[in-house]
Amino acid sequence: MEAFTTLTAIAAPFDMNNVDTDQILPARYLRRPRDERYPTYGFHDQRFHADGRKRADFILNQPPFDTAGILVAARNFGVGSSREAAVYALLAMGICCVVAESFGDIFQSNALKNRLLPVALPEATCAALRVALVATPGTRLTVDLTGQCLTAPDGRQHAFTVPPFARECLLRGLDEIGLTLTLADSIVAFEARHASRSI
Amino acid sequence: MGRTLFQKIWDAHIVQARDDGLCLLYIDRHYFHEGSFHAFNMLKARGLAVRRPDLTFGFGDHYAPTTARDTATIDDPEIRGIIETFEGNARAHHIRAFELADPEQGIVHVAGPEQGLTLPGMTVVCGDSHTSTHGALGTLAFGIGASEVAHVLATQTIWQSAPRQMRVNFEGVLAAGSSSKDMALALIARIGTGGGLGSAIEFAGSAVRALSVEARLTLCNMAIEAGARTGMVAPDATTLAWLAGRPFATPVDIADLHSDAAARFDKAVTLDATTIPPMVTWGTSPEEAVPLAGRVPRAEEAPDEARQKAWARSLDYMGLQGGEALGDVRLDRVFLGSCTNARLDDLRAAAAVLRGRRIAVPMLVSPGSTPVKRAAEAEGLDRIFIEAGARWEESACSLCVAMNGESVAEGARCASTSNRNFAGRQGRGARTHLVSPASAAASALAGRLVSAA
Repeated sequence: MEAFTTLTAIAAPFDMNNVDTDQILPARYLRRPRDERYPTYGFHDQRFHADGRKRADFILNQPPFDTAGILVAARNFGVGSSREAAVYALLAMGICCVVAESFGDIFQSNALKNRLLPVALPEATCAALRVALVATPGTRLTVDLTGQCLTAPDGRQHAFTVPPFARECLLRGLDEIGLTLTLADSIVAFEARHASRSI
Repeated sequence: MGRTLFQKIWDAHIVQARDDGLCLLYIDRHYFHEGSFHAFNMLKARGLAVRRPDLTFGFGDHYAPTTARDTATIDDPEIRGIIETFEGNARAHHIRAFELADPEQGIVHVAGPEQGLTLPGMTVVCGDSHTSTHGALGTLAFGIGASEVAHVLATQTIWQSAPRQMRVNFEGVLAAGSSSKDMALALIARIGTGGGLGSAIEFAGSAVRALSVEARLTLCNMAIEAGARTGMVAPDATTLAWLAGRPFATPVDIADLHSDAAARFDKAVTLDATTIPPMVTWGTSPEEAVPLAGRVPRAEEAPDEARQKAWARSLDYMGLQGGEALGDVRLDRVFLGSCTNARLDDLRAAAAVLRGRRIAVPMLVSPGSTPVKRAAEAEGLDRIFIEAGARWEESACSLCVAMNGESVAEGARCASTSNRNFAGRQGRGARTHLVSPASAAASALAGRLVSAA
């Protein structure tokens, strides 16, 4: 996996609470391979009318937000189904970071394992950022994983934390399975004592 | 110092603990379904083998048609391909898979427990968010994504940080006519889809103790809809009696499998079960729920601005004005199925309402597993559904998630015993109302959203 250290990109406001993974990636696309059509699946039913025309009222269809690399959402982003394809869909749309007050548990884990950075900031901060992005479309935000801070348009830095192990893997482009396999002896030792006991 | 049941199971499965609190946990039971192809592809790309095929079990459910049991007869090449890939991956890795034609096939969270594969004290994972269901048997069970599935396949472990501990008590005798599905919807209406975020829920209290194991499975199934990492009920004599004799079940000592009196919970919520009525969701979130005897709320009645906007969007999507009585909301179809509510007791409850009567709108019944289907037929429940005019079909996730070729039409309103009413869940533009099995049956008879009371 490519290392993730800093990201500077156009940010799009996504002013909705409880964005669920059924919205992000409708179930009928779960069967699809990650090929050149994948960029069309994300938020499909909000992005396109039934006849395939783009919906003018969807924020991510409106330039310059259609080239956003960062979403600034609200509360509980990524709630619902465990589908990791929701992360794949966002990545295929060019989104590498989502800023929100909170994330669905499983979505957050899926994101961290696929180089989509979830940044949790207080809702008041997210709201202020969304206002700034609407006021000046095309505004770029900088997200620094090394220093764990996000730089707002007014230059203010907002600190965030990413779980240490996940952060280490992202910064160094490390693969979690590979790391765990170096602990094979511990796993064998556990299996030996676990087999013979009840809880 | 006391520990919660969750903490006891957690501690017993730590392979390695980091200084920052992240733990490598051993997984006793790994379930998978057809959606696992991403994970198996990852293993193949890395040249890795499945570490413990003996602890791994597959169930064909998400893409399984309800109208066929022979993979070769499936028309849709994409669906047929995914099922063949699932079956091929299981064979290649020497894993027991309950395939489409298997007489023990079923929805993973129905069939796994039914087979005695989930036992008290276990850690259980599956690439499906409703894995929380298995917590009803006193396990630490949670859903994971594809990358984590690959990690478990390769190492039989998973990295986790411990969630906060939350206790949800239901006290009193559950109102007659209400079920554990109504208990779940009442809870989520109260605490929201974010109410359990970052927490592991333990369900307790006299009303939970009084629930059958099947009813507990329904309750824990819905824990994820409250945002919780997992939901759990401490095992007891009821649990052991239910597990006795199941094909894969082995004896378990449950003596210490309960939260200590001195255990500390970070959050606690208590609900009065005596006042929980039959519930229904009206909107596009499981938290947007009210009593069936009541009215759809108006957007202006929302408690804050954010919910006012959300309710307005939900009402618009659902084709509701706000203020109308639920009983005036006309249905297009009804679905009785899913890992939430398609076990034998659920079918019995619905059949009791339908007996001798005819439904007013189409109804699809998909039993939670093929053994459940057989047991229902042995009791003549199938005849009741068929004579009422319902479709009695094979076991699959079916219309809960609409991935098997059948979906609810755009704009169509469906009363469903499943777990999610998100926009587009049952099909693009489909309008879902979540209810209990008895309410689903009553609604099918009336052609409108009503309870069986």
